[in-house]
Amino acid sequence: MSQQNSVLYDVPGPRQRRITLISSLVATVVVLVGAYFLIYRPLSDKGQFSMELWGPLVDPGNENFSQVWDRIGLGLKNTLIAAALAIVSSLVVGTLIAVLRIQLKSLARRRYTGLATPVAYLLRGLNVLLSAVTRVCVEVFRGLPVVITIFFVARGFPEFGISWDNLWYLVIGLTIYNSVVIAEIIRSGMEGLPGGQAEAAAAIGLSPLQTTRMILLPQAFRIMLPALISQLVVVLKDTSLGFIISYEETLNIGKQIIGVLGNPIQVYVVIAVLFIAVNYSLSKLAQYVQHRLSRGRKTAGTPAQNPPPVALTSQAEGAGGGVI
Amino acid sequence: MSVLIDKFDVFAGGFWLTLQICVLAAIGALILGAVVAVLRISPVPPLRAVGTAYVNIFRNMPLTVVMFFAAFGLPALGSNADFLRIPGLDVVFRRLSTDLPYFRFALIALVLYTAAFVCEALRSGVNAVPAGQAEAARSLGLTFGQNLRYVVLPQSWKASVVPLGSVIIAMIKNSALVGFFGVVGDLSQTADQLTSAEGYAFIPVAIGISIGYLIMTVPLGALLDRIEKRQAVAR
Amino acid sequence: MRMKRMAAVAAAAALALGMTACGDNKGDEGTGSGSKSFAAGSTMERLSKAQKIKVGTKFDQPGFGLKGLSGKPEGFDVEVAKIIVKELGIPEDKIEYVETPSKVREDKIVDGSVDLVAATYTINDKRKERIAFAGPYYEAGQNILVKKDDTTITGPDSFQDGTKKVCSVTGSTPAEEIKKHVKDVATQLVLFDTYDKCRDALKGGQVDAVTTDNVILLGYVAKDEASFKLAGENFTKEPYGIGVKKEDTDFRNFINDVLEKAMQDGRWKKAWDDTAGKFGAQLGTAPTINRY
Repeated sequence: MSQQNSVLYDVPGPRQRRITLISSLVATVVVLVGAYFLIYRPLSDKGQFSMELWGPLVDPGNENFSQVWDRIGLGLKNTLIAAALAIVSSLVVGTLIAVLRIQLKSLARRRYTGLATPVAYLLRGLNVLLSAVTRVCVEVFRGLPVVITIFFVARGFPEFGISWDNLWYLVIGLTIYNSVVIAEIIRSGMEGLPGGQAEAAAAIGLSPLQTTRMILLPQAFRIMLPALISQLVVVLKDTSLGFIISYEETLNIGKQIIGVLGNPIQVYVVIAVLFIAVNYSLSKLAQYVQHRLSRGRKTAGTPAQNPPPVALTSQAEGAGGGVI
Repeated sequence: MSVLIDKFDVFAGGFWLTLQICVLAAIGALILGAVVAVLRISPVPPLRAVGTAYVNIFRNMPLTVVMFFAAFGLPALGSNADFLRIPGLDVVFRRLSTDLPYFRFALIALVLYTAAFVCEALRSGVNAVPAGQAEAARSLGLTFGQNLRYVVLPQSWKASVVPLGSVIIAMIKNSALVGFFGVVGDLSQTADQLTSAEGYAFIPVAIGISIGYLIMTVPLGALLDRIEKRQAVAR
Repeated sequence: MRMKRMAAVAAAAALALGMTACGDNKGDEGTGSGSKSFAAGSTMERLSKAQKIKVGTKFDQPGFGLKGLSGKPEGFDVEVAKIIVKELGIPEDKIEYVETPSKVREDKIVDGSVDLVAATYTINDKRKERIAFAGPYYEAGQNILVKKDDTTITGPDSFQDGTKKVCSVTGSTPAEEIKKHVKDVATQLVLFDTYDKCRDALKGGQVDAVTTDNVILLGYVAKDEASFKLAGENFTKEPYGIGVKKEDTDFRNFINDVLEKAMQDGRWKKAWDDTAGKFGAQLGTAPTINRY
């Protein structure tokens, strides 16, 4: 980003540096004074900084400290378990959907000339129908709030006589949503590849499925890895919706702790910090991977072969930033 | 299925309330997001730090936590978000100025959270403008502000439309959480109310609520797809 | 995975059998022993054989069912459930607690994810259509919590002028009841998922009152007498029952017998005094069992 910034303005001269310094100081003072009067003062007036409220969370000598952190640890563990299961199953299902959609698309061009006319028409009709069904499924599940899918799974499955652990409801609810998102990420990755790749594969006699499996998919994964990692952040955050169906993840445990200790703001601050720490490192990992990948491409391939940078960033950022 | 007809007014009311929240939150998030984006690329280091911190904090926190801080942290700061009781606006958005502040709290949470993503979408647009453009503008002697206004932003706008659209779609879906933080009568809270308190069968209610959300998200998504395709061709 | 789990269950059952057998030898007051024989095919026999039971309760209700820092729920509901479970010959530590918030209680009973529910569960006719109730084991009443210095709210009718704001919990009976008394739901009613949030909203001044059963509210008064008080008398009767499957009359009768016995021999009183009874001694009277 520093590169982009320096593109927007010149290297500052002495006068500009003075102005920057002064405005930096002014900005710092304004931010600090604002924080003091608008946040610190009201909170300390209400006694929100008292050790009675913070003690169980930060003071190892407090009688409740170890129990509280045991509980939070359990919550974190449950959050990570749910997130891991959800991301793995989303990846598997998402890849399948992406491959299916790509296959259907390539089959749509086939005319089945060797077969009898009615059979050819039947196959083509079936193909159109399947594409429509997958398309509708993707659109519908992409358009529904995750809260609603989780809620629907948890309330709807028992109506059909299926009763599982809350963990599975949460994982299925998250998977329904995230698998279609991941499917779209992978599909756009495959479609963004240079057309020559698929053509070359066809020329050496690979079937469409082989082409997808051996040529397109590996490259799409590589290009889309940062977007996929960003999606992991999304999944991790969304596990917090488990509180709706009484799954004991971090936030739900936090609620129970609040019920005993009566310190909501303090507990939520701690939980927020935990989430930010984990997700921030994941985002940094995504950035690092993206950096590595783009460097690798720069040295290996010729620039003309690369997908246009705009498409790449908009896809990556769109998936990571857009699908919140 | 009769619940869809019997309770049509309830569904419609829920849809209307969710739509109100989404429209207001989208406007707020676009404005705040633009401000944060400017902070993030500004030449003044402390402002840049504020912008970066803002994005990192809100992007990595679950919306549930943000909602909580809005609904219970703001009262602890002694605020009922009365500054949102904008005269005139409450003719259409009646919940904005009721004595119950939870609509305003939910709105603030959605705006704060979504603004971080709006900022990133805008920034990705700025990054998509070839560096040579800004360099050329600078060599002509344009200042930072002029550079942004005349050269970078008009071009980056095109590249940010699609990511911005996905952010707004995501925000519409995220608005389903407000029902859990004191806003009575939006689509998701309606689902909860009809199935758990009034004992209606689950599946029909689920279908009704899904339609409500899909009416908002699917057309927007289709529009974005079109824009994206057209841009791809133009390029 | 499956094999492992089955082995674990078998081991647990064997262990439990061994333990209860020991209990028998000592002549464990004739209550909590595995020697109890129940009619073949009954729920009691099934549970007693399995030596495992799933109890639905709340995890966020101070005094009744609150999951403490130890990770175990505590409260009057939990104690009552323990009394029943003990009579089935199942040791306390074999109880698996399942969180059942207000809105999912019937569902959880119907789909069999819990064997019984003790979760401040008001007996009413609408719920009886889907499930059955044993008890009542306690009779509460809906009341209103206000700030100590508030004199304007005296009862549910104070909400009829359309200015006072009130908070309750989604899907609960008190929430449905208070809706009859407010003028405009959109501007007067707030619903959260827990009463704690309602209390915080009252303390912060976003709402003027919190309404639910008096025992729950008294818990908040007891914790913070300087800020809160109850406004007026109870305006409903909320008999708490144990929820079981609708067709399971044997199990319901069994629970009723246990509750009756516990009320007579002092176990009920002890359970009450140890938990919710701390909020106000005058509330500790046992109701009469209603066998329908």
